[in-house]
Amino acid sequence: MELLYNIFVDPFIQMYEAPDFLLQVLWEGLVSGVLYALIALGFVLIFKSSRIFNFAQGIMVVFAALTLVGLHENGVPAWLAVPITLGVMYVLAVGIERVVLRPLVGQPDIILFMATIGVTLFLIGFGEFIFGGENKVMITEALGIPTGALEFEPFGGFVLIEEKDLAAVIMAVLLVIALLAFLNRTSMGRAIRALGDDHQAALSVGISLSTIWVIVWFIAGVIALATGIVWGARAGVSFALEVIAYKALPVLMLGGLESVSGAIIGGLLIGLLEKLFEIYWGQPLLGGNTETWFAFILALFVLLFRPQGLFGERIIERV
Amino acid sequence: MFYKTSGQFKTSYKSDQALFPVKQDAWLLIAILALAYVVFPLTANEFTFKALLVPVLIYSLAAMGLNILTGFAGQLSLGTAGFMGVGAYACYKITTIFPEMNIVVALALSGFFSAAVGVAFGLPSLRIKGFYLAIATLASQFFLVWLFEKWAWLYNYNASGAIEVRTMDFFGLTVTGPTATPLTQYYFVLGIVTVVTIAMINITRGRYGRMWKAVRDMDIAAELVGINLMRAKLTAFAVSSYVVGIAGAMLVFFWKGAAEPNLFDIPMSFQILFIAIIGGLGSILGNFLGAILIVALPVLLNVLPDLVGIQVHSAAMEHVNVMIVGALIVFFLIVEPHGLARLWGLIREKLIIWPFPH
Repeated sequence: MELLYNIFVDPFIQMYEAPDFLLQVLWEGLVSGVLYALIALGFVLIFKSSRIFNFAQGIMVVFAALTLVGLHENGVPAWLAVPITLGVMYVLAVGIERVVLRPLVGQPDIILFMATIGVTLFLIGFGEFIFGGENKVMITEALGIPTGALEFEPFGGFVLIEEKDLAAVIMAVLLVIALLAFLNRTSMGRAIRALGDDHQAALSVGISLSTIWVIVWFIAGVIALATGIVWGARAGVSFALEVIAYKALPVLMLGGLESVSGAIIGGLLIGLLEKLFEIYWGQPLLGGNTETWFAFILALFVLLFRPQGLFGERIIERV
Repeated sequence: MFYKTSGQFKTSYKSDQALFPVKQDAWLLIAILALAYVVFPLTANEFTFKALLVPVLIYSLAAMGLNILTGFAGQLSLGTAGFMGVGAYACYKITTIFPEMNIVVALALSGFFSAAVGVAFGLPSLRIKGFYLAIATLASQFFLVWLFEKWAWLYNYNASGAIEVRTMDFFGLTVTGPTATPLTQYYFVLGIVTVVTIAMINITRGRYGRMWKAVRDMDIAAELVGINLMRAKLTAFAVSSYVVGIAGAMLVFFWKGAAEPNLFDIPMSFQILFIAIIGGLGSILGNFLGAILIVALPVLLNVLPDLVGIQVHSAAMEHVNVMIVGALIVFFLIVEPHGLARLWGLIREKLIIWPFPH
């Protein structure tokens, strides 16, 4: 009886009695949700256009952030380091397309998936070899990211919002708007979506597969850099960041592998719910640290009832 | 010339479907077994046992379990290490609750626990397919590792939070714990791996194996010819998790000697997936070839600079190792996406018709 009370009644009483704390929790959840959504976006873009489940997306985040910080440490000014990092991500995209993807065109999905895990390992080794394995601090001030904090006092309580989190959310929103405009308003974006719909048909109207793949991987690299800057400002830059890559996977399950809006909504939803669960159920009842698995179990239950995810394209099977 | 199949006539269906339809295959296997049972134990030193032979055998077994699920039944799983953990913790609990129990019996029983957990996490496979299922299996991975950390009963309320294997005997021979010699442990592991391998070869050749392959190749068609999809998928999960669980228990009991929950974290899952895929999905032999490559490669890369006489900073070497392993995985996938087992198949074909090109 007491257990039931603790599960079903007590958390809601706490939420009602301390609304300012609830708001704080929701804000924290929202910020991490935004970041999950960004990583998931990188996955979705590549999956949509090439049916490749790109496991390396999470490591690309770390790699981009490391390159940026590493360049800055070696005396390159921030305004120059960002374009150089973008250049590195472009070279990486071309390299992956040439060396890994092109020879594997037409292989089963699982083989391509394994190849991206190979790329992940390679990037981990490469990044640690060049920049060292220790934790680095993201260059926030040089990039013009504010570091202060805003205080609000709603409901007679107290809510603290860090300015860099606010900057992260604004940057993510701008990035998503730019991306949607690119996908829907430019001919290149249409070509990418056409390729996602039907490879053969897209090829036959003259869309170049390899060009598009390079562009898509480069866009994924740009998203990775943005995510890396934002997340690095919160938690430092090291390969421990790769765990957030796993967080994007349940987002994909929930939102569907092909849906851009699904990635965004799924990311926000998972960020919010996992924070709520951790604070109000996980820590008092289960000993905490439930964030490692909650999103996965949640996504699993959703998928049992909607196998294509919340926003995924309906799977039609033919015999 | 050495692999001449002419003159070996198959006069019945049974002889055509025999385990070794070609005599040379059997001779080759006997040679390999002689190598494993006689030559290696006579020549290997302690380092070789601990760093190469025992790990290769245990990883092969784990990869074989995964291969049943992914290679034969077509269900991609990323949660292998979690199931290995279930096997290890189950075996640990069984041996603490029943200290008198024979270690082999305890191992066999612990497999059932991981099989049960495997079936539970396999249930979604009836509705979810492909990459969605792969992510779903990650749920088991993260949840189980969390459980190993938080559920103190599992590690007997140790202050360290780790499980430690005590010394145990098998008919008078010390097989686990710090006093066991690597040689006895090697023979013990080798014996179990041999038995399980024979069982798996025959299961995959038999009724269930054919059922799994049908489901893998096209599940709707399999359903139409009367295969019960639920039964096929869940038996695949059960058998796979059973083997994986035993491998996990052996990993802790006969190799590491102690384990913390994060041993069973996701890098282990990926390592085993690499072995299964580089070795060859849908092949038993491939698991051994893949394990030899993946286990031996880092050891070789560590030893190599010393042999050549170059002094390399060990931390830098470790990073280069990771890099090389990653590059090699991509390389092998490009050269032979169907794995080393397929490569051996091609070589064997060439040998049969040698010296003629076709």
